[in-house]
Amino acid sequence: MSARILILFAHPSQHRSEVNLPLVEASNAVEGVSVVDLYAEYPDYCIDIEREQQRLRAHDIVVFMFPLYWYSTPSILKEWQDLVLEYGFAYGQDGRELQGKRLLCALTAGGSEHAYRASGYNHYSIRELLRPIEQTATLCGMVYLPPYALFGSRTALEDGKVVEHVERWRQILDCLRDDRIDIDLAARAGKLNECLAPLVDTAQ
Amino acid sequence: MTGYFIQAFIYLCAAVIAVPLAKRLGLRSVLGYLIAGVIIGPVVGLVGEETQTLQHFAEFGVVMMLFLVGLELEPRMLWSMRNRLLGLGGLQVGLTTAAIMALGLLLGVDWRIALTVGMILALSSTAIVLQTLNEKGLSKTEGGRGAFSVLLFQDIIVIPMLALIPLLELPALAQAASTAANQAAESHGHLNLVAGLPNWIYAIVVLGAIASVILGGIYLSRPLFRFVAQSGLREVFTAAALMLVIGIAALMSLVGLSPALGTFLAGVVLANSEFRHELETNIEPFKGLLLGLFFITVGAGIDFQVLAQDWALVAAIVAAVILIKAAIVYLLARSFGIGSSDRWLVTLGLAQAGEFGFVLLSFSLQNNVIPADIAQLLALVVAISMFLTPALFIFFDKVLVPRFAASEPQRQADVVDDEGRVLIAGIGRFGQIVNRLLVANGIKTVVLDHDAKQVDNLRQLEIKSYFGDATRPDLLETAGIEDADLFVIAIDDRERAVELATFIEQRYPHITVLARAFDQIHYYQLKQAGAELIIKETYHAALNLGCEALTRLGFHPFRAEQLKTAFIATENETVEAMYQNWVSSTDSGMSPGYRELFMQQEAAIRAAMGVDRSDRHSNSERSWNPPPKGYAEELAEIDDGQD
Repeated sequence: MSARILILFAHPSQHRSEVNLPLVEASNAVEGVSVVDLYAEYPDYCIDIEREQQRLRAHDIVVFMFPLYWYSTPSILKEWQDLVLEYGFAYGQDGRELQGKRLLCALTAGGSEHAYRASGYNHYSIRELLRPIEQTATLCGMVYLPPYALFGSRTALEDGKVVEHVERWRQILDCLRDDRIDIDLAARAGKLNECLAPLVDTAQ
Repeated sequence: MTGYFIQAFIYLCAAVIAVPLAKRLGLRSVLGYLIAGVIIGPVVGLVGEETQTLQHFAEFGVVMMLFLVGLELEPRMLWSMRNRLLGLGGLQVGLTTAAIMALGLLLGVDWRIALTVGMILALSSTAIVLQTLNEKGLSKTEGGRGAFSVLLFQDIIVIPMLALIPLLELPALAQAASTAANQAAESHGHLNLVAGLPNWIYAIVVLGAIASVILGGIYLSRPLFRFVAQSGLREVFTAAALMLVIGIAALMSLVGLSPALGTFLAGVVLANSEFRHELETNIEPFKGLLLGLFFITVGAGIDFQVLAQDWALVAAIVAAVILIKAAIVYLLARSFGIGSSDRWLVTLGLAQAGEFGFVLLSFSLQNNVIPADIAQLLALVVAISMFLTPALFIFFDKVLVPRFAASEPQRQADVVDDEGRVLIAGIGRFGQIVNRLLVANGIKTVVLDHDAKQVDNLRQLEIKSYFGDATRPDLLETAGIEDADLFVIAIDDRERAVELATFIEQRYPHITVLARAFDQIHYYQLKQAGAELIIKETYHAALNLGCEALTRLGFHPFRAEQLKTAFIATENETVEAMYQNWVSSTDSGMSPGYRELFMQQEAAIRAAMGVDRSDRHSNSERSWNPPPKGYAEELAEIDDGQD
């Protein structure tokens, strides 16, 4: 049975989006994928906990899709974590609803890839910076996959990188849905981008 | 008197039968009127001689149409289309006149006759083309605009043409017919104030008349209409609107200018007025009837005897005229960058001769510029080419549009440009705020209010609004409800608000209705009427104040905000059940079931607030619920166990 994918999309200024909206559009076209635009559904931040937990139950893979804000998610995704990942649901005693599900981030970052390393001005790799999310997943018993990232996103359109990025994302969604991801390889990788080639090759 | 009744009945009867029939057959109303005219005129012979006189009367429909066109056209827009007006329009008239004149000279016609014929045939039919474009919703497309600027230029150029024609008098004709012409001029006896005045005084009079129309439109019309509107009598407003149009037409005729041009100008001046939609609504039916009558007379005026005699000649001239005009317009449209399918729309739309052709023709005849036999032939050519226009439009629809649609799948050029329009009914304390938010974001709104004083106040604050009763279907139509996406109901009258919602839901189901409700019962009534979203006017304000009250009582502001949110969420959950209960209860008052539900709702809200501690999962408590004390040790144990 193919896996059901839930994309939680958080972008607070979508009228300026150049990469994330094409990603969402492509995701919508993939079978077995549900996209939730958090800012559209909860413009007042009043997140419906019951509905969100029900969504989590109905899917096998959860994707946080967002532009990076201060090395983290936009605030509504943090709000979502704070409210939805309740004790007794996601963790703690009897909190086993998320056991075995997979979580990954699909993000865009303004800085260049060189900035996200020990010698760069951001000092840490993107996987290192997203540790809080990784640990959240771990505590909830989820399998954490490395992030799928686009760097230099402010000029990606001008650099002609968007089309390729979106196409790769479509392939990743296919692989995730059909369980063609080498989890062990992925667990070690810094970015999902790096292990895509072998993934797609083995798939063919 | 009886004679008039019978005549009027025949015309109306023909229109009533032929036009709906034409529509049903997928033809345009113009063609319906024309066919009706042919049937009652040449075919059955019910009407005859009086068609000529009637046609002059019916030409007033064109005058009214230009007034309405002017109303739609703000001065700013007119200025922005000056290039097309002068370029496209000027070249079309100039080149077509020259081409037809050249053809005439080649055939050995006297140059004066050739020039006159060129001018007559260069004009197209404003009445047919604008009516058809409006009916088809094409008037706001690029092609529609191109056609409009050419037609407008033609309507203006008619005036110098009328001045030029007497100078082209044929000496031979003049001599032969001098006595007859004199008699005719005397018997027609046009009332003209400026006849025989020296040129410079004439110029001053003309400029004075135009200035008085503009200044009168700006300074006098408003107090007048406000005075009439305050009487609250609809028919008086209609009378005032008619008075305005007829008065201007009379003034223009008196000084020897085109009435159409005068009313067009008045329309442009009033385009910014708050009474614009009300004026449109009142003039529209008159314009429609008169134009219909005009088309009927064109149909009735076709002389089948001449046609039968010279059918080959007539056909050849008609074909030549249409081809020459079409070719010139096509080339011009291309050089003015009008896109492919729009270009064909303009080309086919302007390929006929027009009603002003008739005017020039009879004028030329009077001034001995054209011999009577040629005039008769030309009248036939003009009428038949007008008759063929709807056929050309059908050709455009059925043959050209599908072709372009197939070859250009992503054609987006001629999308109607003022889309996304919002109609707001009622601009009191509620509608005003809605309007300000929308307008501040560059959204086009049309605001209607039945209180002339309120509209006036808002206009002083530079908020664009119109006087008129928003519950009148015809007013809604002129305000552009057809093209609207959203309708905001914010009128003070509870019952009429519900009626309005019902009406829009039935007649324009594609329009989303957002409504303001006074209270819960009104909310249910609007919901039943089909409004998509309803907001109780006091609800959010009261909740905000309640929230502030909680804060003043010592609640943390964020906690108070959470409690408010929980209150709204809980109420939203029960609103559907309450509504169903209201619908089923016959008297829309407090049935026992309703009271029960209300009490249930109150209990649910108390529970949500966390007042009833028995329910652990109250809505407001749940958010940011910390894990139980001692949970950290529990997690650590799991960790140890794994190691």
